[in-house]
Amino acid sequence: MNAPSITTTAPTDAVTRRFDLAAALKDSGKSALITLGLAIPILSYRTEQSGADLFLSQRWGLVAIMCALVFGLRLFLHAFTATKAYRQATPSAHQATEPVHAEPSAFQHVSKFAIPFFLGIALAFPFLIVMIQGGLGESRYWIDLGVLILTYVMLGWGLNIVVGLAGLLDLGYVAFYAVGAYSYALLSTTFGLSFWICLPLAGILAAMWGIILGFPVLRLRGDYLAIVTLAFGEIIRLVLINWVDLTNGGAGISSIPRATFFGIPFTNDEGGFANLFGLEFHTMHRGIFLYYLILGLALLTNFVTMRLRKLPVGRAWEALREDEIACRSLGINTTNTKLTAFALGAMFGGFAGSFFAVRQGFVSPESFNFLESAIILAIVVLGGMGSQIGVAIAAIVLVGGPEILRNLTFLQAVFGAGFDPNEYRLLLFGIGMVAMMVWRPRGLISEREPSVILKERKAISGSLVKEGHG
Amino acid sequence: MTAGASIQQTAAHAARQPLLSVRGVKTYYGNIIALKGVDMDVHEGEIVTLIGANGAGKSTLMMTIFGNPRAREGTITYAGRDITKMPTHEIAHLSIAQSPEGRRIFPRMTVFENLQMGAAINGMAHFNQDLERVCTLFPRLKERLQQRGGTLSGGEQQMLAIARALMSRPRLLLLDEPSLGLAPLIVKQIFHIIKELNEKDGMTVFLVEQNAYHALRLAHRGYVMVTGNITMSGTGKELLENPQVRAAYLEGGHH
Repeated sequence: MNAPSITTTAPTDAVTRRFDLAAALKDSGKSALITLGLAIPILSYRTEQSGADLFLSQRWGLVAIMCALVFGLRLFLHAFTATKAYRQATPSAHQATEPVHAEPSAFQHVSKFAIPFFLGIALAFPFLIVMIQGGLGESRYWIDLGVLILTYVMLGWGLNIVVGLAGLLDLGYVAFYAVGAYSYALLSTTFGLSFWICLPLAGILAAMWGIILGFPVLRLRGDYLAIVTLAFGEIIRLVLINWVDLTNGGAGISSIPRATFFGIPFTNDEGGFANLFGLEFHTMHRGIFLYYLILGLALLTNFVTMRLRKLPVGRAWEALREDEIACRSLGINTTNTKLTAFALGAMFGGFAGSFFAVRQGFVSPESFNFLESAIILAIVVLGGMGSQIGVAIAAIVLVGGPEILRNLTFLQAVFGAGFDPNEYRLLLFGIGMVAMMVWRPRGLISEREPSVILKERKAISGSLVKEGHG
Repeated sequence: MTAGASIQQTAAHAARQPLLSVRGVKTYYGNIIALKGVDMDVHEGEIVTLIGANGAGKSTLMMTIFGNPRAREGTITYAGRDITKMPTHEIAHLSIAQSPEGRRIFPRMTVFENLQMGAAINGMAHFNQDLERVCTLFPRLKERLQQRGGTLSGGEQQMLAIARALMSRPRLLLLDEPSLGLAPLIVKQIFHIIKELNEKDGMTVFLVEQNAYHALRLAHRGYVMVTGNITMSGTGKELLENPQVRAAYLEGGHH
């Protein structure tokens, strides 16, 4: 990257004084005092009952912790804003008047290593876990967590086609997940079809519903589209609850046939998976198979999306997100473009749904409520709309994060034995979201990677750059 | 055989008739009338300009030709075909290209991808050739092919919008205020390129402009629009010398 050729004039005083420690300490001290003042009536005493007697217990330790916390945070905030102001005032290489070159960005450098790294981890995950935990049975929790995360990665990637690439805000994505799950559940329980036949059928059915949803909302955008899709998600759920003859209502459909290894059941008998491959029978064989199944499906989603991005239809989705009117005047049929986005996104939702059904062996409308849609959308938005790797990271953080919080028992040492980190899960989740909004409002990976990277990279000749700047 | 004959026929037909003709077109935004019955012709090989003040309806006319918004009354014919009721994307397939008001490039896509979008209409058939050509016309774009559209300066974005329109090898090019907000030097460059496209490639250009002096000097013919009506028409030179046009659009500022 070229160094900025702008001759920087002496920066202003405010900027040179990067961080005034004394002032910051003073201000933080003031904040801590205010906290102390507030904490005395609220925190420092607590009434406790012992038998018939009521007496006060003192909690000065807690007050001290709170004051220290406020002091620390305030100081951190000062340091942060000061560095930010400094950074903004310093001209960066990315200023608009300077050409931004064809050099790959830092993000591209990172993603070059990050992708094989993540892929390797994902592929080796079950073996690593079995090794670390020292047995198949002990690793059940972690493999189940892996399956859960990958399901959301896949759903995120599916929704990413609709929201991230085509820019159509869909709040009812869970509807297609439900369609996929019920398709498999009903087809396998009524007609006895195997998973491998039901999977494409579920995808096709979900895609069909995607088109059915797509037609009425073709002319809607933004908020209005969000409301209609939200309603669509709810309608599907209510139909599932109320159409008792078909779906068995709120009781759901149980005893759905379990996954087989391409026709070989995971049973402990002659002709079972373990027997056939000469392994000792273990129920986790199925778990590991399911893990690789969802990994395969998720990678398929990713592969198809990445391929499509380079094809005219994928580029048309992105163009549609950027500017619909310009798209039309360039001869793109926006109707077809939107419908293909809805259909394809829905299809992957349907695949994920039938995987869900085969894993659980039980489906009920409970599993497909609005919260699911919201989580999937949050994954896409936090990941950075349109970024595949960002979506994967966001899924790991949003789905895996709360699970890991369950295990943060060391916090009990800090906050006392009565502290249950699990109760603060949603609070921390919320804080995390707010932090994201403040620092990375466009998602974890907000930079869009070009679908075509030109081989030829040229230095910018100065004579061309110096001309008028519009 | 019959198909070939009919193509020849239409070609002969088109030579006699104007390439684009607008007859009695009325366009509304809701209940508000924006075009009050506009008549206008563009012949093959011409540069025709439409000048007028802010809000006269110039851009509306251009968008109406593209079917967005659609004309409520009147007809628009292009190369002998009635395109009044056609959807916008189909009109684009008739080798009409547009550089719309406000440029409307795709800001998060690279310059290269923007150009690809322009070529999507003919299935990227002559993409490399056309890329070469627009890069020769706009060397600045060549330097920035891998840069995102949104990071270009105003003038470069305008160049990109025109280049993108050229990628489909249009027979008729519609340009909406290509000089808007640009430095005089860049305006000059862009007008020079329009002239070159017309003279060398025989491209027909319909130019909507507020910069009346430059536009009328460049154009073969011009129309003046006032509040949704065409009030005057004539050759570029005639209009330039017309006292009313001078008083309304040229005095005060321009040379």
